[in-house]
Amino acid sequence: MPTPGTMTGAASLIRSLEAVGVDTVFGIPGGAILPAYDPLLDSTRIRHVLVRHEQGAGHAAEGYALATGRVGVCMATSGPGATNLVTPIADAHMDSVPIVAVTGQVPSAAIGTDAFQEADIRGITMPITKHNYLVTDAAQIPRTIAEAFHIAATGRPGPVLVDIAKDALQAPTRFEWPVEIDLPGYRPVSRPHSKQVREAARLIVGARRPVLYVGGGVIRARAWSELRELVELTGIPLVTTLTARGAFPDSDPRHLGMPGMHGNVTAVTSLQKADLLIALGARFDDRVTGKLASFAPHATVVHADIDPAEISKNRVADVPIVGDCRDVIADLVVAIGAEHAAGRLGDYAAWWHQIDGWRRRFPLGYTTPDDGELAPQYVIERLGAIAGSDALYVAGVGQHQMWAAQFISYENPGTWMNSGGLGTMGFAVPAAMGAKVGRPEATVWAIDGDGCFQMTNQELATCAIEGIPIKVAVINNASLGMVRQWQTLFYNERYSNTDLDSRRIPDFAKLAEAYGCLGLRCDTAADVDATIEKAMAVDDRPVVIDFGVHRDAMVWPMVPAGTGNDDIQIARGMAPDWDRED
Amino acid sequence: MSKHTLSVLVENKPGVLARIAALFSRRGFNIDSLAVGPTEHPSVSRMTVVVDVEDQPLEQVTKQLNKLVNVIKIVELDASQSVQRELLLLKVKADLESRSHVLETVQLFRAKVVDVAPDAVTIEATGSPDKLDALLRVLEPFGIRELVQSGVVAVGRGSRSITDRTLRPLDRTA
Repeated sequence: MPTPGTMTGAASLIRSLEAVGVDTVFGIPGGAILPAYDPLLDSTRIRHVLVRHEQGAGHAAEGYALATGRVGVCMATSGPGATNLVTPIADAHMDSVPIVAVTGQVPSAAIGTDAFQEADIRGITMPITKHNYLVTDAAQIPRTIAEAFHIAATGRPGPVLVDIAKDALQAPTRFEWPVEIDLPGYRPVSRPHSKQVREAARLIVGARRPVLYVGGGVIRARAWSELRELVELTGIPLVTTLTARGAFPDSDPRHLGMPGMHGNVTAVTSLQKADLLIALGARFDDRVTGKLASFAPHATVVHADIDPAEISKNRVADVPIVGDCRDVIADLVVAIGAEHAAGRLGDYAAWWHQIDGWRRRFPLGYTTPDDGELAPQYVIERLGAIAGSDALYVAGVGQHQMWAAQFISYENPGTWMNSGGLGTMGFAVPAAMGAKVGRPEATVWAIDGDGCFQMTNQELATCAIEGIPIKVAVINNASLGMVRQWQTLFYNERYSNTDLDSRRIPDFAKLAEAYGCLGLRCDTAADVDATIEKAMAVDDRPVVIDFGVHRDAMVWPMVPAGTGNDDIQIARGMAPDWDRED
Repeated sequence: MSKHTLSVLVENKPGVLARIAALFSRRGFNIDSLAVGPTEHPSVSRMTVVVDVEDQPLEQVTKQLNKLVNVIKIVELDASQSVQRELLLLKVKADLESRSHVLETVQLFRAKVVDVAPDAVTIEATGSPDKLDALLRVLEPFGIRELVQSGVVAVGRGSRSITDRTLRPLDRTA
């Protein structure tokens, strides 16, 4: 037992977490982390949500972070507990989500001996964390926790893992706070260079066909009001990438929607035809650019990002701006204002005329299946209309994710979350759980596929028991839909191992009931509204709706992988007819 | 491709070498040579990394290295503006007949014999990678039994130090 004035490393860990402001931890105890769970029981400030699988804890921490803007926290034991966190950590790394993962490690004397439940989680997570630590000295716990949260939340946000040896958790130590952070190699730039900003402003007023290419960095920087100002000031059209949906209202006519592999024709084409791209917190991901060599071939590029390594990584930037998007955009507004004051205004009227033509001719749409089956797009469209623009929408990965990005009108930042970069199936249910814990007053809808749902739906138990009433719409086409779509298009309709038969097994409504949730089923368009409304009316437990949808529905438009954006197809074998004048 | 010499100042902490080596490998860069050692400041180590890349990918790998929290500073040392040295230990066959020729070569290159056996000599040589290559070419015909090289270490010419400004704030905590 610790002597007076001292406490265990474990108690020091919990005190440190409290001191940095943690109110929720998602996790599962086990041997090596067990000491930490004892003082956690007494904490009045931290709620621990006992999940059913560590992957769920990690995605819940991400959902919490995405919904609140604060650092999400997950906790697991050594070995398999820690390795189960690998997927959410990699996911958070790709999408710049601030989370801290705390893992127990075998006692320091046993490290390196292949001890029971030993895994070198620091080594394993080196390439997928922003930074990570192995702590073997109890005295280092407060400083390490302070540094971990600082690193996770500042600069380009990301995951930080803190692995703590069991003996460090058990050793007596003194808790001292605040601690001095000692990070001589970590100095994220946030203020942009004024010369670069002025150069960008000069290009903007001089351009004829500019487009704002808005990425997830704008959401992370909470720069949406600055973005609004920039658009009001300049009248430049903008596109929002998959991770930036909601950064600007979809209903605003200056918003062209989502670009990329499944972006709409106008958004994709405007990037292709632009003479100036103003990339804000975007990273020229291959899903946006298609074949790089033919991406936006006429455009001069202004690229603003808080991470210098993103600039000129894929596409060389003509005007690089390193800085926090909020500062960058605010400074741009001032610099463009100065250009305007000097009588230099951008004239984009002809550009808008061209854009409006594309918009009229190639609106986003879908066809209703001939056989009377439900169109998945219709379900998602109605869900967005009924749940409204204040609800939070959390998608898995695949066709349903793309339809959710396309057919829900996002009006508010932070209302859309999904796994963008890593493309993690199984993200939706646990991330929705985390989002609901972070924003209990909000309606939280997980829009999931039947494939994704079966990867992590065990967290429905957590939601039901812990009082986290999320709602889940399973877009059930009884197959791994996106993979099946590729088989349809590129593998001669040879459906190798994409049939999940999940209209038959399992019975999702019964499964939901077994987990203490309300289970509903809907197979016809006529029932869609009533079923969603029924789900909206229930708030004392989670709800799962099994929407049986047409399995041959495909996501359009599509830029086939490996081709350029000019090869966009609006339906199977159908390229837009550019030359036709209307 | 062209060779670039990077001096990387890092925090002297466990795992830093692994982070740097892994980053090069993950981003698809081959390290020609790597040498690590302490500096005048106990909490800072210095790595000298020689990579064979074009300028554009070099910029990317430098930026990625800079993102590592334990990396304090990276400087590219231009060959003409820096002194670059490598240490080589070499065991060459040398019997009664060939020994005098081997020793002559050693003299010519201002290398040293550090061990002698009846049928071999062990040679220590330092110099620029070019000089050591030349030495190796000349000794090769005698028969090289074993060869070990340290990796290049490099320092900029002149009175300026890359550690001066960087390490000053660290002195507080030392």
